Amino acid sequence: MKGQQTPAGDLRLVDLTKRFGVFTAVDDLTLTIPQGSFFALLGASGCGKTTTLRMIAGLEQPTSGQVLLGEQDIAGLRPYKRPVNTVFQSYALFPHLDIHENVAFGLRRRGIRKVSDQVERMLALVQLEGYGRRRPAQLSGGQQQRVALARALINHPQVLLLDEPLGALDLKLRRQMQIELKRIQTEVGITFVHVTHDQEEAMTMADTVAVMNAGRIEQLGAPADIYEYPATAFVANFLGQSNLLAAEAGGRAADDVLVTAHGARFSVPAGRARLTDGPGFLGVRPEKLHLAEGPDGVPAGHQHIGGVVTDASYVGVSTQYLVRTAWGSELTAFAANSGLGGQLAVGTAVTAHWDPRHAFLLPRAAGEDDQTTPLLDEPPVGALP
Amino acid sequence: MSALAHVPTSAGKPAPPPVRRGRNRLLPYLLLLPGAAWLLVFFALPLVQLASASLYDPAGSLSTGYAMTWAFSNYPDALQAYWPQFSRSFLYSAIALVLALLMGYPLAYAIAQKAGRWKNLLLVAVVAPMFTSFLVRTLAWKTILSDNGALVGLLRDVHLLGPDGRLLATPIAVVLGLTYNFLPFLVLPLYASLERLDPRLLEAASDLYASPLRAFAKVTLPLSMPGLIAGTLLFFIPATGDYINAELLGTPNEYMIGNVIDSAFLVRLDYPQGAALSFLLMAAILAIVFVYLRRAGTEEVL
Repeated sequence: MKGQQTPAGDLRLVDLTKRFGVFTAVDDLTLTIPQGSFFALLGASGCGKTTTLRMIAGLEQPTSGQVLLGEQDIAGLRPYKRPVNTVFQSYALFPHLDIHENVAFGLRRRGIRKVSDQVERMLALVQLEGYGRRRPAQLSGGQQQRVALARALINHPQVLLLDEPLGALDLKLRRQMQIELKRIQTEVGITFVHVTHDQEEAMTMADTVAVMNAGRIEQLGAPADIYEYPATAFVANFLGQSNLLAAEAGGRAADDVLVTAHGARFSVPAGRARLTDGPGFLGVRPEKLHLAEGPDGVPAGHQHIGGVVTDASYVGVSTQYLVRTAWGSELTAFAANSGLGGQLAVGTAVTAHWDPRHAFLLPRAAGEDDQTTPLLDEPPVGALP
Repeated sequence: MSALAHVPTSAGKPAPPPVRRGRNRLLPYLLLLPGAAWLLVFFALPLVQLASASLYDPAGSLSTGYAMTWAFSNYPDALQAYWPQFSRSFLYSAIALVLALLMGYPLAYAIAQKAGRWKNLLLVAVVAPMFTSFLVRTLAWKTILSDNGALVGLLRDVHLLGPDGRLLATPIAVVLGLTYNFLPFLVLPLYASLERLDPRLLEAASDLYASPLRAFAKVTLPLSMPGLIAGTLLFFIPATGDYINAELLGTPNEYMIGNVIDSAFLVRLDYPQGAALSFLLMAAILAIVFVYLRRAGTEEVL
């Protein structure tokens, strides 16, 4: 009755706001999610991404704004009347029902009598054939996660909402499920809205990523576009790491924007600068920051900063260096262990250099200092080409 | 992926711990000993005593002494004489149970799921009447339901009762007394069950096209079954055997089987009959409980 037959359409959020008392969880959000896309809402906990999802599901009433599915405003509909299903973070499988009945739950509530064939097909899709008569408690976390997915997908919703569905799984299983989810999404062609705080998960799975911060969307786009050219300092540091130097933009010269930082002059291509005048952040990703032992090793056209290696962490695929500049900031640089260069010892005087085409210029509030992220325990996404 | 999916879930079970020797093996029995001894002396032995008393010669008396004549006819005779009180007991406690469920389930649900920071206070309110004696509480009901009381006056004014209508000394009073006195025994186990109910399951049900009513029938009710079963048993068993409510709030026309047993032992001193009635009551309750548990079919309770 719902789902397949209704003309589907894009999911649009218009001026969506949710306040809890004085706290604004979602702040005037406007967003279009094209039909059939895999959309990720990425943000730290408390940024409003789960609240946004719950408003789409109908589990939370928006303070104001619209949730449009196609041409229909579903913001006023009760959750059980929406052609939308959710895979919950906790899975929320019904412990008193076996797997078969868990998966059949939505069909039965809509008055469909013959459910066995559909349930079997759905269990096959999530590779759980033969598990129908077990109870949720008898399955592992990964299996429960797939039951939760099957239970939602069997209803052919117009939009499938995923609320950090992989959060409880261990790393290896999470990788497998990421690939699995992507495969299933391609197969069934349903719009997936995936909420996650895991930047890698968002980047590997989604066509479009929206980075949320404090109830607002900071940037929206394809994962590679956001990574290569972030819009704000928050995005630059939330999605991967960045070396952000406090700089002053000094206007355009031909196709470049001229930048002064810590007494040195640099340039950024105009297409990679978010501003042309005033305070800005000059940013370079750690894997695009190369180290040479002295100015002679710097290739032509590269821009450079001198410094001293203060830390070298060998993490297998790469070595992560910290380089202290003359003004005290520590830059991060990742060097691929491709066997071409030697390891640099701590204390070595080096020149950090980069191709200006890899730099970017972001807006900065006056008075903000350099932002250089500390080394992470695991190599961050995109650390290697 | 599929290979991983088919690994049996028991594969990761740790090996059973090595068998303990000596005193450690006796420990469970030592721990059982005090309770078992208590049950033997104060439950099993009196039960045997009662069973044999129920088969004494009904012609005996305290002064002439009782002879063991294996008088099985005591049972049909007792049932013959007191079947109205017998059926009344089950009828009254069944009606009281229905009333208690209608009040107790919403109450337990509200305390468990909706009360927030008032939860503990409400729980105390449920239990607080237990701080006074059963007898005092029932006597208080006598005042509440009395002919000159405000309640009867109000009911007469709105013509729910006739001008001479009364509540005290009617079946209604006895049923109300039973409902009130045993309500906490129903509410507390129900509360314990409903308190464990994950509200996210209700969100999931709602997300999967279940209206609030369907979500209740398909999720809340089945998950509260253990508490519901335990609560109904804890309510029904003592309510059926109760004699205080009928004694204080009713007349001999409302007497239940408990009153008959009470009088057989303490007034008429007809021990064989009292013992036979006790066993009949016990058997009837056991039969009902057995059928109920079989039909409700939960392994969580027993």
